[in-house]
Amino acid sequence: MPSTPVIVAADLVKKYGDFAAVDGLSFEVAPGESFGLLGPNGAGKSTTMRMVGAVSTRTSGSLAILGLDPNRSGPEIRSRLGVVPQADNLDNELRVRDNLIVYGRYFGLPLRHLRRRADELLEFAQLADRAGSKVDDLSGGMKRRLTIARALINDPRILLLDEPTTGLDPQARHILWDRLFRLKEQGTTLVLTTHYMDEAEQLCDRLIVVDKGRIMAEGSPAALIREHSTREVLEVRFGSERNAGAAADLEGIGRLEVLPDRVLVYADSGEAALEEVTRRGLQPMTSLVRRSSLEDVFLRLTGRSLIE
Amino acid sequence: MTLRDASLRGAPQRPSRGHGVAALYAGNARSVVGRGLLATRSTNWIVVLTGFVEPIFYLLSLGVGLGAYVGTVQDAAGNDIPYAAYIAPALLAVSAMNGAIYDSTWNVFFKLNYQKTYEGMLTTSLGPFDVALGEIVLALLRGGAYGLGFLLVMQAAGLNLAWTAVFALPAVLVVAFGFASLGMGITSYLKTFQQMDWITFFLLPMFLLSATFYPLAVYPEPVQWAVMALPLWHGVELVRGLTTGVLGPAMLVHLAYYAVMIAVGLAFTTRRLRALFLD
Ligand SMILES: Nc1ncnc2c1ncn2[C@@H]1O[C@H](COP(=O)(O)OP(=O)(O)OP(=O)(O)O)[C@@H](O)[C@H]1O
Ligand SMILES: [Mg+2]
Repeated sequence: MPSTPVIVAADLVKKYGDFAAVDGLSFEVAPGESFGLLGPNGAGKSTTMRMVGAVSTRTSGSLAILGLDPNRSGPEIRSRLGVVPQADNLDNELRVRDNLIVYGRYFGLPLRHLRRRADELLEFAQLADRAGSKVDDLSGGMKRRLTIARALINDPRILLLDEPTTGLDPQARHILWDRLFRLKEQGTTLVLTTHYMDEAEQLCDRLIVVDKGRIMAEGSPAALIREHSTREVLEVRFGSERNAGAAADLEGIGRLEVLPDRVLVYADSGEAALEEVTRRGLQPMTSLVRRSSLEDVFLRLTGRSLIE
Repeated sequence: MTLRDASLRGAPQRPSRGHGVAALYAGNARSVVGRGLLATRSTNWIVVLTGFVEPIFYLLSLGVGLGAYVGTVQDAAGNDIPYAAYIAPALLAVSAMNGAIYDSTWNVFFKLNYQKTYEGMLTTSLGPFDVALGEIVLALLRGGAYGLGFLLVMQAAGLNLAWTAVFALPAVLVVAFGFASLGMGITSYLKTFQQMDWITFFLLPMFLLSATFYPLAVYPEPVQWAVMALPLWHGVELVRGLTTGVLGPAMLVHLAYYAVMIAVGLAFTTRRLRALFLD
C-alpha cells in the first residue's frame, strides 16, 4: 500500500538578498525512507535542511512536513523532528546526561520519562560511562553521537542529519552508520546530507544530487550509477604533466574524464579497457580498476569533483 | 513514487508569514529557567559575589563613613532621616539591577554568540518568547537574590525605617524584571565586545546620578528631567518610598515605567530571537 509522504517540497526557494541558496527544489520523502541530499560546498543542503526543520522561512514554494506548513506550525513540526545540525550545538554548561534531559524538557516531556529515556539513549550512543562528563571533554565522535542521542529524546518521526559524520575517523563513522541503520530498522525516517559518496551509498535508499540550489539528478544510488556511469572505472596516471597528452591516445576506449592527477576511463569492463591501453603502447605509472561510484555520477553531472 | 495525497501538500505561500502566537510561545518558559538553574552549577561564583558585595561596600563606606559628616537628610515628606537610611534603598535597587544585568547582558551575550544555546533551544518545540521569558526570569531571580541579601543587611543595620519595607522585596523583583528585560533586549542586538562595553559605559553614570547619594533637587531643572527619564531613578524612588515609609501616587508612575520597560524588553528580545534563529 502506498504510504503518504512525510515531507513534500515543491519548488522550494530560499533567497538571501538576490542570491538563491535554494533555487526550486521539489522532492518527497516517504515514511521510513532514508533520503539523502548530496552536493558540494554551498549547494544549499543545509539551507534546505533548515527549512525542513522549520527553523528557516522559505522565500517561496510550498513545503509540508507531516502534513503541516512550517510557516504556521513551526513548534508543532519541531516537536516531531530530531535535528542533528552541521555544527554541534550541545550545551557546554551542562553535563552529558543533563544535555539529554534538559533538551527533552524543552519539548515539555515529563522528567521521570526523560530520566529513563536519557539512560537508554546514552546506552544507544555508547556514552553510558560518560554520563557525568563535561561536554567539552568529549571527543568529536562522542559529541556527534551525543548530538544524535539528543535528537532522539522526543522519539521523532523524522531525523534530520546534516553531515553527521564529517570530521570523524573511519571507526567513528562506522559506529555512527551502525546506529543510523538501527534507527532505520525501527522505522525512523532519515533525511541526511553528506559529501561522502560511500556514506550516501551505505545509508540512502534514495537521494538527490544538488548543485547551486538545484536538483541535478534523483534516484537510488544504484540507479544513479547505472544511469550516469558505467559498471567499472579504470583510473590511470601518467604523471601530472602528461595526463592531458595521454588522454588524446585513449580516445575510443570509453568515456574519458581528465582530472589534474589522473585520467578516468568509463567502461563496462575495466580489465578489458586496461588491456586496450597497453595494446596501444601506453604505459601508465599506475592503474586501478574499481567499481563505479556516486562520485563518478557527480563528476559526470557537474564536471567537478565533489570534494575539492 | 506514487505517494500522492493532495491534502498533505504544502499550502501555497501566502503573503503574510502567518506566525501566530503559537509560533512564538509554547507556554514552556519554565524549561528554560530549569536549564539556567542547572547551569548555575558551573557559574563563576567570584563574579557573582562581587556583584552582590559591591553595593554593601558602598553602604559601609558612604553610609557609615560619609554619613558621619553629612548627618541627616530630608526625605520626600520633609522628615530628617540618617544618611545611611537615605542611600541604602538606592543601593538596594542597584543591587537588584546588578544581578539582573549580570545575567541578561554578559551571560546572554555568550549564550547567543558563542555557546549557541538559543539556537539549540529553538530547534525544539520552544518558541522565541519561551526563551526570552525564561532567560529574563532567570536574570530576575538573580537580581531578586541579590536584593533579598541586601534587604537583610539593611534590616540588621536598622535602615528599614517603616513596616512598608516588606514590600521592597516585590518592588526589587519588579526592578530586576525591568532591567533583565531591557538588558536582554539590548544585548540581543549586540555583536561585539566593544558594543558590550557601551552598556557598562551607560550604567556607571546612571548609578551615580539617579538620586542615589543625594536628592534630585541639587540639579538644575533640565538635568532633573534627564535623570527622571532613567530607569534606575524610578527604581530608587520606588524602593526608597517603601523602606522610608513615604508613599504617594508617584509609586504608580514608577511601576508603570517598569511595566513598559518589561514589555518593551520582552517584545524586542522575542523579535530578535525569531529574526536570528527562525528566519
Ligand atoms: N544566513 C545566510 N545569509 C547569506 N547567505 C547564506 C546564509 N546561509 C547560507 N548562505 C549561502 O547559501 C549557500 C548555500 O549554503 P548552505 O549552507 O545551504 O550550503 P551547503 O550545501 O550546506 O554547503 P556545505 O557542504 O559547505 O555545508 C551558500 O552560498 C551560503 O553562502
Ligand atoms: Mg551545510
